[in-house]
Amino acid sequence: MNRELLKYLATRVGQLLLIVFIAVSVNFAIPRLLPGDPVQTALARLQAGGGAQSIDIQKVAATYRQKYGLDADWFTQYLNYWRDLLHFDLGVSFANFPETVLTKIGNALPWSVGLLTVATLISFSLGSLLGARLAWPTRGRVIKTSVPLLMVLSSIPFYLLAIILVYFFAVVLRILPPAGGVDTTRIWRFDGPTIVDVLRHALLPCLSIVLGNIGFWALGMRSQMVSVLGEDYITFAEAKGLSPQRIFMRYGMRNAMLSQITALALSLGAVVSGAVLVEVVFNYPGLGTLLYVAIRGQDYFVIQGVVLMLIVSLAVLLFAVDLIYPLLDPRIRR
Amino acid sequence: MNRFFAAIERNWKQGRVSGPLIGGLAILFVILLVSLIGPFFVDPHNAQVGALAPRRPPSAQFLLGTDAQGRDLWTLLVYGTPNTLKMGLIAGIIGVGVGLTLGLIAGAVGGVVDAVIRILSDALLTVPAIAILVIIAGNVDRMTTGIMALVVASLAWMFTARTVRAQVLTIRERSYVEVARVNGQSALSILFAEIMPNLLPYIVASFVGTVGSAILAVIGLEALGLGALEETTLGNTIYWSQQSAAVLRGYWWWWGPPIVVIAAIFLGLFLTSVGFDRFANPRLAGRS
Repeated sequence: MNRELLKYLATRVGQLLLIVFIAVSVNFAIPRLLPGDPVQTALARLQAGGGAQSIDIQKVAATYRQKYGLDADWFTQYLNYWRDLLHFDLGVSFANFPETVLTKIGNALPWSVGLLTVATLISFSLGSLLGARLAWPTRGRVIKTSVPLLMVLSSIPFYLLAIILVYFFAVVLRILPPAGGVDTTRIWRFDGPTIVDVLRHALLPCLSIVLGNIGFWALGMRSQMVSVLGEDYITFAEAKGLSPQRIFMRYGMRNAMLSQITALALSLGAVVSGAVLVEVVFNYPGLGTLLYVAIRGQDYFVIQGVVLMLIVSLAVLLFAVDLIYPLLDPRIRR
Repeated sequence: MNRFFAAIERNWKQGRVSGPLIGGLAILFVILLVSLIGPFFVDPHNAQVGALAPRRPPSAQFLLGTDAQGRDLWTLLVYGTPNTLKMGLIAGIIGVGVGLTLGLIAGAVGGVVDAVIRILSDALLTVPAIAILVIIAGNVDRMTTGIMALVVASLAWMFTARTVRAQVLTIRERSYVEVARVNGQSALSILFAEIMPNLLPYIVASFVGTVGSAILAVIGLEALGLGALEETTLGNTIYWSQQSAAVLRGYWWWWGPPIVVIAAIFLGLFLTSVGFDRFANPRLAGRS
């Protein structure tokens, strides 16, 4: 451990804490900054939306008052808010009253994480490889025509692609399920048919995220690869008589990937934003759909919980990427 | 006029004005033209709920059919496109304006101010925008397209701020800035006379990008049902079609046209930004 590395780590930890702090404070402040009594507004909306018929309004109002400690000054409220969060107390859901927000998020999280991880890994690695190939002098005709097409595709919001995909594969061709994460009649067992079923349901959401992102990675990788290939060490490697395959992978790709990983860290937020909407289109049982249902039912604690979960988990993920980065780029370690 | 065309021809030969730039600008121009003069040619009554027979497929009378609430899709499109563009442009102008100001301040002042702006914009850049926007939009009592633009603009400034700051730091070390400084020009006049003109390409590029991501965010919020539901926008049309399960019921003429228009807007912005890269940076022009 030397000084540079320590400084690097300290900055990253600081950034992680800052994001968590901003997320919590925004969640706390915005309902209070806007005019009107939050309890009255929330309850009025809940009743107007018809979501409150099955529950006791008085009880909810009391929970709300107690929860926010609305008679205390805002600083005490803020401290209470933090204390609840540190106890993993995110409140209870209105729509399914006794169920806590934490259980709801716990049920949804694995679906989102699974979908997003697989889709991002596929689109990132495939897109980077295609982009690098596009910058390489001996590219094939398929790559020359298909990659620009994918770039154009990636400029379109990918949840709109999702709608088109549902229409073609689930409505016109009827070969894939249009919605959900698993067949509604399926009993959960860890066996072959269940896995196939889950994969069949995940295929279209995954495909729409991949199609929507692959061109973005290809575009970034192409411009990086173009500048890497102009470097002296490439000329030197050619002069040494190294095989083109080795130059492409070890000398070209490896160096061009560095800024791709920085770009990955910066664009994950946008990918998550898009994936939330893809989940809504497919009614996929992840955080996105949970958020959508909560918005529809004015289930405020659930909305807050999901939002916090999205921001914090992404911040932790980015922190992990930042920790991996020094392993890839020895210049930071030195 | 002749000189204008001559200038275009010269730039075309130099490879600065390229196919993507012309294509992108042409797409955006057509969309703008239709949304500016279109409303004069359609009957606004047809955009109201229950005005027509519901769920009619496209026909000679209703070019794009009608939705389940009996609204004419073509009319919705003609009225919705300008509203969506308006939100994107307002958010883009505010976002780039704030970003430019913060970037200039950070780059020119330096020190603690720079550190605060840099760290804040870096941190916000990595947050999934939709999460914060959902909280803000969900707490607005009566949403309008104007408020929507402001909500989205609140998270649209970071990229511009980052780019402008980085450029100011590079440009202020150039020798011509050094000359101006030695000549005794004031810091402000250096900022506006020497540095700003060189920032222009970056500002234009950021603007195109910011308008794109603002429209993306607006449509995203509308798809979640947080938009100005009384007003006609492209995102709301998609929201209503989703609410009626139009995809599963096969009403392709309901969600198809708004998707095509949105895709065209994004395609236009994408081509413009690719083309503008070559225009602003002639060294790229020679490459394919």
